[in-house]
Amino acid sequence: MRRPPRVWRWAIFALAAVYFLVPLGAAAEFSLRQGESGYGAANYLEIARDPALRDALTSSLRIAFATIVITLALMVPTVVYVRLRLPRLGLLLEGVTVLPIVIPPVVMAAGMAFMQANFTDATSQWLFSSPLTALTPFYVILALPFTYRSLDAGLRAIDLQTLVEAARNLGAGWWTVLGRVILPNIRTAVLGAAFLTLALVLGEVVIARILLYVTFPVQVVETGQTSAGVSVALSLASLVLTWVLLLVLSFAGGRGRRRLVGGIA
Amino acid sequence: MARSRRVGGALRRAASLAGVVPFVLYVAVFLGIPLATVVAGAFRDGAGRFTLGNVRASLTSPQYTDAFGQSLLLAAWTSVVGAVFGVWLAYAVVTAREGGVLRRVVSTASGVLAYFGGVPLAFAFIAALGQTGLTTRWLQSAGVDLYAAGFRIDSITGIGLAYVYFQIPLMVILVTPALEGLRPQWREAAQNLGASAWGYWRHVGIPVLAPAVLGATLLLFGNAFAAYATALALVNGTIPLVPSQIQAALGGNVLVGQENVGLALGLDMVVVIAALMVGYALLQRRATRWLT
Repeated sequence: MRRPPRVWRWAIFALAAVYFLVPLGAAAEFSLRQGESGYGAANYLEIARDPALRDALTSSLRIAFATIVITLALMVPTVVYVRLRLPRLGLLLEGVTVLPIVIPPVVMAAGMAFMQANFTDATSQWLFSSPLTALTPFYVILALPFTYRSLDAGLRAIDLQTLVEAARNLGAGWWTVLGRVILPNIRTAVLGAAFLTLALVLGEVVIARILLYVTFPVQVVETGQTSAGVSVALSLASLVLTWVLLLVLSFAGGRGRRRLVGGIA
Repeated sequence: MARSRRVGGALRRAASLAGVVPFVLYVAVFLGIPLATVVAGAFRDGAGRFTLGNVRASLTSPQYTDAFGQSLLLAAWTSVVGAVFGVWLAYAVVTAREGGVLRRVVSTASGVLAYFGGVPLAFAFIAALGQTGLTTRWLQSAGVDLYAAGFRIDSITGIGLAYVYFQIPLMVILVTPALEGLRPQWREAAQNLGASAWGYWRHVGIPVLAPAVLGATLLLFGNAFAAYATALALVNGTIPLVPSQIQAALGGNVLVGQENVGLALGLDMVVVIAALMVGYALLQRRATRWLT
C-alpha cells in the first residue's frame, strides 16, 4: 500500500503518543511519590508487605493459569477443526466469540449472583465454593474474543491443509498432528492469547466484585480507598508487565511472514 | 441408491459437526445459563411469581431511564471518537514498515489496553487528570484551570475520556485485518484508469471498507455500553450509568425485591446488545464480500 502523506502519519502518532503516554507517565510519577516530596519504590514493595494483596495475587494467578489451560484446550482443537473441515462455520464462530466484548459483565455477574444465591444442586454449590471454581469458567468466556482472533490469525499464516495431510500420510494420529505439528507452528499465537488472558484476569473487577470474591484487581481497588499510591503502582505494574511480555514475544516469535501478537494478524 | 447416498451425506455432515460440540456446549452452559437466569428472573417477583412489573419499572422509573440515556450517550460518543482515531491510527500503522518496532509496539499495546478491563486506566486517569493530577497541575500553571471550568474526572465526561483509552486500541485491533485486505492492485487499477487519489477512495477504498468499519464501530458502542470496570474503579460505581444501577439493585442497599428489577435492567441491556449484534452480523456479511 502506498504511504499516506507524511504529515498525517506523524499527526496521529504524535496525538496517540500524548494521549496514551501522558496518563501512564502521570501514574508512574504518582506511584513513585514517597513521603512529603521525595520519590521511592515503597508503593511497589507493598505487594511483598501486605498479606491481603499477596493472597489476592496468588489467587488471581491460579485463576489465570486455569483459565489459560481451559481456554486453549477448548479453542485450539475447535478453531483448527473449523478451518479444516467446516470453513463455512468460520463466520459463525467469529460472531459467537465476539459476544463477550458486548455482553455486559455486570449482566453476566447478575445472572451468576442469582445462580449463587438460588441454585442449590451439588454442582452449583461446588462451582461457587471458591473463587477458582466460580470465576474460571466465566473468565474462559471473556477470553474467547482475543483467543479466537489470535488463533485464527496464527492458522491463517501457515499452510494448515498441507501440514495436516503430510503428517497424516506419515501415519500420525489426530492428537499427534495437533500437539506436534500444528501447536509448534502457532505457538506465538497461543502464547499471545495466553498473555492477554493473564491481562484479563488481572484486570477483571466487575464479576469478582459483585460475587464478593477477593481477587487481585478487587483488592487493588479496595486498597485504593485508603492508599491510592499502592493501587496505582500495582495496577500500572501489572499492565506494563503484561505488555512487556507480549512485546518480547512479538520479537521472539518474529519468524514467519506475519505478526500475530495482540490479536492482530 | 441415490437416496442412501443422500442419507449418507447428511449423516457425514452431521458427524462432521461433532467437532464443534464441546465449544457449543461450553458457551451454552457458561454464557447461556447466566443470561437465561437474568431473562427468567426479570419476569419474576420476589416470591417467584410471574410479573411484568420489574420490566415496567426498569423502563419507566426516572432514575433508570436517565441511566439508559447517559449510558447510550456515553457509548455513542466514545465509540465514534474511538472509531475515527482508531481507523486513523490503524491506517498509519498498516502502512508502516512490516515487522518494524513501531508496528510491534502499537499492536501489542492495543491488545493489552483493549482487554485489560479498565482498572489501571482509571487509576492512570486519576493520577493525570484528578483534582491534584499531574496534567491538571501542568495545565493550571499554563493558565488552563480544568476544574474551574467544571471538569471532573469522576463525571461522565471524565469516565468517557478514560473509555476512549480502550476504545481506540480495540478499533485498531478490529479494523487492521480489513485495512490489510485492501489490495494494492485495486489502487493501481484505479490509477491506470485515470482515478485521482480521492477518486480511488471515493469509489473503491471507502465502499470496500465501510461495512467493516461500521461493524467495528457497533462493537465499540456495545463495548462502551457494557463496560463498568473503569467506572467501578474511578468512582466506586456511584454514577448514573445502567451497570451501576444494576449493581445497586443487586447489592440490596435499596428495597427488598429490587434484585429482580436489577435483572430486568440486565434484560434491557441484553435487548440493546442483541439489536446491535443483528446489525453487526449483516454488516459482517457485506464486509467479507471483498475482504477475506
